[in-house]
Amino acid sequence: MLKLGKKDAGLFLFVVIITLLAPFILNPFPESSAFAQFNAGYPDLMQRFVIFGIFAIGFNILFGLTGYLSFGHAAFLGVGSYAAIWMMKLLTMNVIPAIIASVIFAGLFSLVVGYISLRRSGIYFSILTLAFAQMSFAMAYSVLTPITGGETGLQPKVNDPRIFDGALAEGTTPTAGLFGVKMRDSLEWSVGDWLFTFNFGYYFAAIMMLAAFYVSIRIFRSPFGMMLRGVKTNQQRLNYTGLNSKPYTLAAFVISGMYAGLAGGLLVAMDTQVGPERMFWTASGEVVLMAILGGAGTLIGPVLGAGFIKYMENIVSKINDTILHQWFYWLPDGLEDAVVAMIYPFIGKGWHLTLGIMFMAVVIFLPGGLVEGGQRIAGWVRGRFRGKESPTSGKAAGTPAE
Amino acid sequence: MEVILLQILNGLDKGSAYALIALGLTLIFGTLGVVNFAHGALFMLGAFCAVTLNRILSLSFTTIDDTKKDFLGNPLKVETPYIEAWFGPEIGGGIIAWSVPLSILFAIPIMVLVGLVMERGLIKHFYKRPHADQILVTFGLAIVLQEVVKYFYGANPIPTPAPPVFAGSFDFGAAVGFDPGSIIYPYWRLIYFVFAAVVMGAVFIFLRYTTFGMVVRAGMADRETVGLLGINIDRRFTIMFALAACVAGLAGVMYAPINSPNYHMGMDFLVLSFVVVVVGGMGSLAGAVAAGFLLGILESFASLPFVVEIIPGINQIIIYLVAIVVLLTLPRGLMGRKGVMED
Repeated sequence: MLKLGKKDAGLFLFVVIITLLAPFILNPFPESSAFAQFNAGYPDLMQRFVIFGIFAIGFNILFGLTGYLSFGHAAFLGVGSYAAIWMMKLLTMNVIPAIIASVIFAGLFSLVVGYISLRRSGIYFSILTLAFAQMSFAMAYSVLTPITGGETGLQPKVNDPRIFDGALAEGTTPTAGLFGVKMRDSLEWSVGDWLFTFNFGYYFAAIMMLAAFYVSIRIFRSPFGMMLRGVKTNQQRLNYTGLNSKPYTLAAFVISGMYAGLAGGLLVAMDTQVGPERMFWTASGEVVLMAILGGAGTLIGPVLGAGFIKYMENIVSKINDTILHQWFYWLPDGLEDAVVAMIYPFIGKGWHLTLGIMFMAVVIFLPGGLVEGGQRIAGWVRGRFRGKESPTSGKAAGTPAE
Repeated sequence: MEVILLQILNGLDKGSAYALIALGLTLIFGTLGVVNFAHGALFMLGAFCAVTLNRILSLSFTTIDDTKKDFLGNPLKVETPYIEAWFGPEIGGGIIAWSVPLSILFAIPIMVLVGLVMERGLIKHFYKRPHADQILVTFGLAIVLQEVVKYFYGANPIPTPAPPVFAGSFDFGAAVGFDPGSIIYPYWRLIYFVFAAVVMGAVFIFLRYTTFGMVVRAGMADRETVGLLGINIDRRFTIMFALAACVAGLAGVMYAPINSPNYHMGMDFLVLSFVVVVVGGMGSLAGAVAAGFLLGILESFASLPFVVEIIPGINQIIIYLVAIVVLLTLPRGLMGRKGVMED
């Protein structure tokens, strides 16, 4: 099916189903129940899941396959965003030109950065990409203000030229759409106490994500992907065989830059605004966290990591001490306060602390990320089921960690 | 001439901070071979040692003074620090005012302890793992440390004043024969530079002229052989890690009056310090110090108004630009040793 192996086709089908049914899956709790705050099925968050999924998939093509750790990937996301917003200002609020432009410009920029950075490897490569990203951030923030809007960033205005669209009525705000359908249009369906939102923007981004995921599977399984794995395993030996590995790594770099650009363009398509903070190095650090947490070098890992981090960022950060007291009201008074005081630093505004601890735990104990964790649990369950741990499954689960 | 001198002086204090952090980073890299992304967090912890000591010293009890009224007409509540009550307002007030220099004594044991725990508890397990893993785990540790500090001290910068004696500025112009007032330089920055120079000198002397330092240098050159000679090199490297943590912490303590400490100051400095280390050459202590001052001074020259007029925004990107050029033209950095991380 679709020129995929049987296992990959199964995985792809699984992801397709999950993505399409996400409005149901992410809203498992009735609106009035105490757990409603764990519902993640609102459009804004669902869009972020898939968009950052694309970003992480792209990063994984570089880091997971070649082992080159880029600390400046947010720059490509930023360039894509700026390109998209200019298309919206100059041409049309239709998202198609915006997204095409974001991919092209991010690709060109990553070609330049990659050509220079890939002359070094290891930590020097990380520092070079970091330096380029910080330079882009600083320039977007200061010198390039006429193009980037500086600190305030850019939004489409009513009186922008927009040569393909007619003039907008005074007082309306331009909204991004696709041939008349607006990105923020949603269909709401309430069943009993449940409310499901089907947002057009989400499905648009989700289809992009599925396409991106499909391409990444094909890359992983192609001879090109094998070559990239060769770079990761032993670049020197690859060079000794007479191959020039640089074009391959550069191609991987540009592809992952284009993925980042696509994510940036989609972000603009959803919220029609952009600011330089999108290129700050912490944003680059975040995508590294996503890929590692989910499982670098695996197909589904980065998507899991992106979803996990965005879920934490939006849901865990909203829990405050009042809610905690509600949860633990059944405990004796003194104990209730003690438990709440113990949990409190890790939730709400402190969710970064939880993230940092989890990230460290993953790097130390589970170098293969959540995927490896899942495989280990599956292997353990299977071992229990058969009555004994099969030694091969344990080993197989260990290899993606490399 | 005055302008040039002023910019050099302006670059010195930031350059000293870069150089101190980069020195610690290089020390760790040279001895343990670990790329420590949590080093900026150690700098931040040092700064918060100064904040903490200031708070401890300022712990106060409240008395109600019936003779005075506040603006609502209620009896005025007077906060008296315990220290002033114990030693009298003169000495007590003096101790509080000198809290930042006193923090040096307070920070040394804390930073050494933090360094030891960090090395034995975490870094030790990462010697054999790839550099990417080391970067990632220390990056995670940096996030954890800065979030812990944020939890206890909040997200806002906390002003930590220098002793009032050093609050003023030094008229450098008059001292070297230019017009008075042409070069004004705050005393504390001058002290920071002197302090940094002393710390760096101490580290170099320690490595150069003590037996311990000699063993460590031998270990940096060939760890295995030193181990075969029956020397417990791991323990010495652990102590070097603690020393590097201590240097970063002291840099942070003294930096507190220059820039009010906040929880993300470490990350801000870390990125630049890494650039400094790489420009100086991985594993070269002298290179780290030289590159630190060089980049600090270059940055301050680049922010001159007429330079910015010619190349707008150069002050924001000069360090990264220099780093890119150096990395591409000199594979080993300015003073890197042959064979250390050349790929």
